[in-house]
Amino acid sequence: METRTIAGKSVSFTEDGYMSDMHEWNEDIAKELAKEENIELDDLHWKVLGFLREKQAAGVSLTIRSVGKSGIVDIKGFYTLFPGGPLKLSTKIAGLPKPASCV
Amino acid sequence: MSDKSNDTPLKKVCIICAKGNIEDVYASLVMANGAVMEGIEAKLFFTFFGLDAITKKGKRMFKLHTPTVGNPALRFPNGWRVPTWMGAIPGMEGMTSSMMKKEMDKLDIPPVDEFMEMIVAGGGEIYACKLAMDMFKLKKEDLYDDVKGVLTVGEFYEMSGGENTQIIFT
Repeated sequence: METRTIAGKSVSFTEDGYMSDMHEWNEDIAKELAKEENIELDDLHWKVLGFLREKQAAGVSLTIRSVGKSGIVDIKGFYTLFPGGPLKLSTKIAGLPKPASCV
Repeated sequence: MSDKSNDTPLKKVCIICAKGNIEDVYASLVMANGAVMEGIEAKLFFTFFGLDAITKKGKRMFKLHTPTVGNPALRFPNGWRVPTWMGAIPGMEGMTSSMMKKEMDKLDIPPVDEFMEMIVAGGGEIYACKLAMDMFKLKKEDLYDDVKGVLTVGEFYEMSGGENTQIIFT
């Protein structure tokens, strides 16, 4: 476990670089985390992050397929928003645990 | 995943699927999709009976089965082994196969066509084997639309080049 100061707040992370507590998250932290991944967040990104946080809070396991069916973006669009690993990057920026799903 | 290795990351996987039963096809699809999800380039190559998984002619790709004969790991939902003679009862294979599909759907594992769409959306590529196509008398138009091309084995090896590339035979 590692603690870093992000957007003026002390935030703890797991070894994988994911936030340990999704409740420590806020939009400023998300912006900083996105910058670390070279992603500039626009409206669509925010909607995806919101969707993921909502699903996680409801205890649903997160998959690429469920994002594709969310009505926010299709799967291709999801890959375009978070290039190189959409589910990994989006959950990281959304302050969620590393997804344990294989699909 | 506590101890991170210092190995250079995998860049490309070339996956060969030569069998047409549910579990072999899905092993290939899960591995290809898992690769593109991680930002790893993926090429999927279907050959021999694996061609069923990408054949829209006769809706073969939607009728994949799990063999109930000669499958010693097949169990009833309560964990008891299915005796081989029972696997041969008419309807047994169809029932088992639809149960498998239902269980996979619960885990958000999509049907074959949707799974291939997901892989292609992530930049993965799907190919068919020329030799097996000739053998099974299949034409390109018999195949699913997401199939990018029909390859010879030489062409397959050509696209399997580059450092940190792995060929996986499921």
